[in-house]
Amino acid sequence: MPRPPRAGTALAALPLALALTACSQPADDGSASGEGPITVAASDSACDVERSEAPAGTVEFSVTNQGSKVNEFYVYAEGDRIMGEVENIGPGLTRSFLVELAEPGEYETACKPGMVGDGIRSTFTVTGESAAPKTDDENLQNAVTEYQRYVASQSDAFLDRTTEFVGLVKDGKVEEAKALYPVARSYWERIEPVAESFGDLDPKIDGREDVIDEGMEFTGYHRLEKDLWEDGLQDDSSAVADQLLTDVTELVGKAKSVELNPLQLANGSKALLDEIATGKITGEEERYSHTDLWDFEANFEGSKAAIQALRPYLQEQDPELVATIDERGEALGSLLETHREGDGFVLYTALTDAEVKKLSEALDAFAEPVSTVAGVVAG
Amino acid sequence: MTDPPPGSTRRTVLAVGAGTAVAGAAAGLSWASRPGSAAAASAPAADAMTVPFRGAHQAGIVTPAQDRLHFVALDVVTDDADELRELLTAWTRAAERMSFGAEAAPGGTVGGGPYRAPEDTGEALDLPAGHLTVTVGYGPSLFDGRFGLAGRRPEALHDLPAFPGDDLDPARSGGDLCIQACSDDPQVAVHAVRNLVRMGFGVVAVRWSQLGFGRTSSTSTAQQTPRNLFGFKDGTANIKAEDTAALDDHVWVAPDDVPGEAGWMAGGSYLVARRIRMHIEIWDRTPLQEQEQIFGRDKKIGAPIGRTDEFADLPLDDTGADGEPLIPVQSHVRLAHESTLGGVRILRRGYNFTDGTDGQGHLDAGLFFIAFMRDAHTQFVPMQQALARSDLMNEYVEHTGSAVFACPPGLGDVEDWGTQLFGA
Repeated sequence: MPRPPRAGTALAALPLALALTACSQPADDGSASGEGPITVAASDSACDVERSEAPAGTVEFSVTNQGSKVNEFYVYAEGDRIMGEVENIGPGLTRSFLVELAEPGEYETACKPGMVGDGIRSTFTVTGESAAPKTDDENLQNAVTEYQRYVASQSDAFLDRTTEFVGLVKDGKVEEAKALYPVARSYWERIEPVAESFGDLDPKIDGREDVIDEGMEFTGYHRLEKDLWEDGLQDDSSAVADQLLTDVTELVGKAKSVELNPLQLANGSKALLDEIATGKITGEEERYSHTDLWDFEANFEGSKAAIQALRPYLQEQDPELVATIDERGEALGSLLETHREGDGFVLYTALTDAEVKKLSEALDAFAEPVSTVAGVVAG
Repeated sequence: MTDPPPGSTRRTVLAVGAGTAVAGAAAGLSWASRPGSAAAASAPAADAMTVPFRGAHQAGIVTPAQDRLHFVALDVVTDDADELRELLTAWTRAAERMSFGAEAAPGGTVGGGPYRAPEDTGEALDLPAGHLTVTVGYGPSLFDGRFGLAGRRPEALHDLPAFPGDDLDPARSGGDLCIQACSDDPQVAVHAVRNLVRMGFGVVAVRWSQLGFGRTSSTSTAQQTPRNLFGFKDGTANIKAEDTAALDDHVWVAPDDVPGEAGWMAGGSYLVARRIRMHIEIWDRTPLQEQEQIFGRDKKIGAPIGRTDEFADLPLDDTGADGEPLIPVQSHVRLAHESTLGGVRILRRGYNFTDGTDGQGHLDAGLFFIAFMRDAHTQFVPMQQALARSDLMNEYVEHTGSAVFACPPGLGDVEDWGTQLFGA
């Protein structure tokens, strides 16, 4: 479970309607205007753009720096979103670049003499019909289908294992319950961003003792963790176990019918790594059982599953990014393997500071490229 | 690029647009309400708060010492030399941009659109560069053969020896690389390090880092000598930027110093970093006269004992009424003076630091000593050996971190740190 202010926001905060049509394929026919590149005369105090409009499509600019400062040229959409830019144009140099302006509307051009500030702006109008492909990208749709299938399978297994775990607790089989605990939880941890998005179910199932401070009862997996490892089974442990099964059953029903979009896959993949960074690598999640590395692995696997679903799309859009993610994922996975013991892992408390630092470094290395996937998906 | 940047700097944007570009977007103001280009272009130029990034030597060595520091030492975590080289090239571009006062990447803070994590972290967006300098250096361990650089290691680049009284923490010492970011604004310095570190995830990892809140040295005759946390002016006799002959003798690596494959280091300088914890509370209970005897200087003016001018020559041969030397034999100024050390001098560029408390009710504070020199082993080492043996100040200080780095020379117009280190 994440820190309180973030609880349940991982998915809820995302815009639900991602227009798949935003993922346009750039045309490569040079200038759509048929009039050749648009020349830009940039100086230290002026930015003269030869033409202030072009038909939708690929637009070519040719920027000459006539000033004495290093200059840059940008094409912005609303909100200063960069559609294209060319930087580091030294005095006297000319640089050309193509920018994909598929949607008609108002844009702005800017020269930035000296590279700083808002730039010398002009309005630029894109005319005509949208040049973006009309069909949704099949790869992205397939990604969603595949990932929803993954969520469903993990949900089913989570319910099965929770049923088993609850039975062991109620029968007072402490050692067997302790052995199953990290395994059962791993199914939750793999789909945590989805599972967390259903309001109070998250704190009820996965809340730590701190939820008492928020006026809630301390229930769910971590309450039973405390009973099993710290306090011994209590009078109400069976009731807590029954409630856990009820909550998990409700959650699984919701998770299996959730409607996701590709952007949520990408952000979920990153959110799972954030979970590791803020909860698992710190040993905060499993404060009694110290089985944090089970959660670590499950979060990591869930993150990779989302990337895996998006892979055909990403491979087409940015093969280099896929290679980096693969390579760093491999490195993180191998490092985690060195802490394996039997079917599971060593306890968090057995890790040295140096080992935790290594894991943290490998996680940073993997999370940084993964965090750029959403941008690629958004197009 | 020290001349005023053109009309549309961050500062002038704020002035003419009242923050419309940033705040307006958040407040949902209409797209058309942004400040017009004419207004931006005709706005008055901002102060020249930039230091040239390129030149014969790296900025941040003899350029006037700024008030704040963020220093970071990193280890390389990849085995792939190409990744390291590419990172150094990318760092060059980002460091140059930030030295201009620009965002670390053209995508900047909002340019990537709503679905991407911003390329620049944004906390320096409306701030002038504050004379930001970003200086890189390479530790001895970088040349251990992992990246095919063993042959390019300058002979003088190897670890410092142990000194008497050292209490070094390995977690505050060494490192494959370092970045020294200095600015008059601490937020700008921290922003620079943060963004460069972020670019490096998977290639480098932070080993240790140090913030400095006040400069303790002057590197130009135009600057006043600041005070350290003992309340004294130290390093009055520092080498200054104006004394180019002394810089050539004592600070810049000469081509003959680095023959063959190590030639990339010609024009560079070795950086020695020492985290010197001061026992502030004990010092504060020491009488003024004893404090002055320990330093060998007067506390108020900074003049050598027996003199009235800060910059007066040390009267090393004079004796007082008691027949004892005016400047005590074990005083800091005498031991660190070139005449005692066979002419050895260094360029100091250190910072006062405090890292909060030590958990025992005392300040964890002191001097983050940084000095630049032509050869650490013939300059810093004998100086520190003399000080570590005899300095009266040792009772009040403890060296808790140590590192040495080779800072390459400055970059030409089309050069970058990657090609400079690895060769074309």
